[in-house]
Amino acid sequence: MEKRNVYLDYSATTPLKDEVLEAMMPYLKEKYGNPSSIYSKGIENKEAIKTSRLQISKLINSEKDEIYFTGSGSESDNWAIFGTASSLRCKHIITSNIEHHAVLNSLEHLESQGYEVTYLKVNEQGLINPDDLEKAIKDDTILVTIMMANNEIGTIQPIKKLARIAHDKGVLFHCDAVQALGNIPIDVNKLGVDMMSFSAHKLYGPKGIGALFIKDGVEIDNLIYGGAQENGKRAGTENVPSIVGFGKASALALSGLTEHIAHCLELRNYFADRLFEDVFDTHVNGTMLDRLPGNLNISFDFIEGEAILMMLDYMGISVSTGSACSSSSGSPSHVLSAIGVPESRTYGTIRFSIGDFTTKEDIDYVIDAIKDITKKLKELSPFK
Amino acid sequence: MNMYNDTVMDHFMNPRNVGEMEDPDGIGIYGSPTCGDLMQIHLKIEDEVITDAKFKAYGCGSAIASSSMATTIIIGLSVEDALKLTNGEIVDKLEGLPEAKIHCSVLADMAIKKAIFDYAETNNKHYKALEGFDPYEMVQEEHVCICGKDEEK
Ligand code: FES
Repeated sequence: MEKRNVYLDYSATTPLKDEVLEAMMPYLKEKYGNPSSIYSKGIENKEAIKTSRLQISKLINSEKDEIYFTGSGSESDNWAIFGTASSLRCKHIITSNIEHHAVLNSLEHLESQGYEVTYLKVNEQGLINPDDLEKAIKDDTILVTIMMANNEIGTIQPIKKLARIAHDKGVLFHCDAVQALGNIPIDVNKLGVDMMSFSAHKLYGPKGIGALFIKDGVEIDNLIYGGAQENGKRAGTENVPSIVGFGKASALALSGLTEHIAHCLELRNYFADRLFEDVFDTHVNGTMLDRLPGNLNISFDFIEGEAILMMLDYMGISVSTGSACSSSSGSPSHVLSAIGVPESRTYGTIRFSIGDFTTKEDIDYVIDAIKDITKKLKELSPFK
Repeated sequence: MNMYNDTVMDHFMNPRNVGEMEDPDGIGIYGSPTCGDLMQIHLKIEDEVITDAKFKAYGCGSAIASSSMATTIIIGLSVEDALKLTNGEIVDKLEGLPEAKIHCSVLADMAIKKAIFDYAETNNKHYKALEGFDPYEMVQEEHVCICGKDEEK
């Protein structure tokens, strides 16, 4: 078997597309002006930001002035949560137990400040029951924050339903859509969300640039104070090259969305079929229905995730562990525990995420590698 | 670029002395309650010398590499000398492990001690190095798998 490099960790980050880099290049070189300056060198940058805002707003069907640039998806999550928490003096927030740590750790901090947080449970497929949300809302609930698609198991939540329930009781709804943007259609109007977090590097854009959609009329406090950038809501000289890259990536995502979804789905399902056919003792975590098209989260019995990951890496394949035991967080994944995966199995979990540059040959190579590796590790394993 | 150096990768990809024995003179199983990782070792002991060792491991790359390296070290050693083995020595022989992975090498070290303990019990032998050694208590006390989180937090 000839060694090849196969990247199957698109949920972690994506490679920058050539067209995106091309669009960014002038702003890294000759177009270096500060967008706040009122001479031409500044104005061309201001215009570039406007264009990008428009491109992103088209992808999510918002008004362009509802897009605010941030430094990352995590910053967007933090801003939505702390911005809401500080403008309102009430004391209760609702979330789910499978959120990203940008949300969970922000809420943990608010709890230490006296806030009360309800963590909605998910079922075995990773889905929230809307009735549970309805029951959890109290008089002093100020915010519901629930992710659109989960980063580990790819489950897509019924955001529209959840947002409506929150609104019926007059509660703001924030949604972390970092994994969803560019992978499934998003229409903020139809979904009815008040705030939504995004990050460019999950859709073939650059790292270090995110955005928060804030619906017109929704007022939240600043996270960062200073200059008048982003309509006075997020200070700091704009990261113009990255903003331009984010815009270009969004435009590409919009025009190629149907194709992207079909490509990922086809390869993902091919991968799953071959895996279940050729490799024993494997289990898929989450549901195959309401799931990100490129995501596959698999538990292997009797063998350990980091060992699988390292052997795959040795063969040129990049994936991530589900349990994250080795990617330096010791406890088993909170997401896998939340959907009831037995602890022993969480240690043998790998997340494969497929993207635009994945080919069928890549999948065949990976399946062959997994066959070898699981055989080898099973021989090593004291469990039977 | 790899998280592990070449020696570690070699022992991980081509582990030495993998397997089990028909009837071993000592069996040691040591597991981490924290990460579920586990090592099992079988020893053949003749005239107080370890003539063979076979291991099986469920664990991360460094747990497997450490176990493999540990078996190569102890084969040919006297029981007394094998008891002197520390996880630090295993790490040295492997030319180092990443900071957060040092603890994985304890798995091998402890499993070997337990195997010798087992041998000593069945053969009524006494070793100074094993005085006060209680393999059952240890499992509770030692949180072997410190995969990094505790330190980084
Ligand atoms: S022994 Fe558990 S992570 Fe290494």
